[in-house]
Amino acid sequence: MKSGFGFDPCDKCEQMMQPYLDRVLTDGEIAEAEQHLDGCDYCRKRYRFEVEFRTFVRQAAVAEPMPPELKEKLRALRTPL
Amino acid sequence: MSDASESSARQLATDARDRVRFEEEALELSDQVYGVARRLVGSREAAEDLVQETYARAFRSWRSFQPGTNLRAWLFRILTNLNIDRGRKLQRTPDLQPLEESDYFLYNKLEQSGSGGSPDEQRVVERLSQNDAVTALADLPHDFRDVVLLVDLADFTYSDAAQILDIPIGTVMSRLHRGRRILKRTLADTAVEEA
Repeated sequence: MKSGFGFDPCDKCEQMMQPYLDRVLTDGEIAEAEQHLDGCDYCRKRYRFEVEFRTFVRQAAVAEPMPPELKEKLRALRTPL
Repeated sequence: MSDASESSARQLATDARDRVRFEEEALELSDQVYGVARRLVGSREAAEDLVQETYARAFRSWRSFQPGTNLRAWLFRILTNLNIDRGRKLQRTPDLQPLEESDYFLYNKLEQSGSGGSPDEQRVVERLSQNDAVTALADLPHDFRDVVLLVDLADFTYSDAAQILDIPIGTVMSRLHRGRRILKRTLADTAVEEA
């Protein structure tokens, strides 16, 4: 749980969460984040939620398939040979 | 046939072959282009128009594409530029109010509003509605929405998104961060209202 004393490792973990999921942290930062996640139930729950949340947003954002008529219109834009 | 006309005929044939290949490769990406266009603009009709314009412009300016570079990013650059040209003036400017919420905000909110006990994370996500997420994405200020869609839906890297939108990578990161937080705040509000 949150320590409440000065420097809070959970706050730091929270700040690293999105870059961690985006895979843009350095090796050292990844190790730091993973070490904290291994030992902290509070952040691990939230990490699992963030993973699920990303999948949820992606699934929600996926549109219906492109209408076949539009595909045909795009093909018609090709340069005639 | 003279040497000169023979070589120019060969050049024409090479050009035609490159062009056909370019057009076919671009068309293979059309489902992805449509998928993002559908979330960039409000209606299906507007998305269809935007995709057609994107391909018309791409095919017209095919010579400006450098073979061997990222065709997908090149197409999305045309798409986002056209969208900016089309209707941006009508859309509201980004909300610049400070966002107090932390990244854990949505989870904390859902956990609090749950029916007690320790929720399992997957079931917490199931309390969110996909329709609300689509609306929340549509309501994002456009600058943030562009970045969120390119990175979180179309899987572009920060650096590709920066090139596509012609903005610095630091701006991509701050818009992405902010856009995701606004999305979470909107979803937290609607989820708690519906609970």
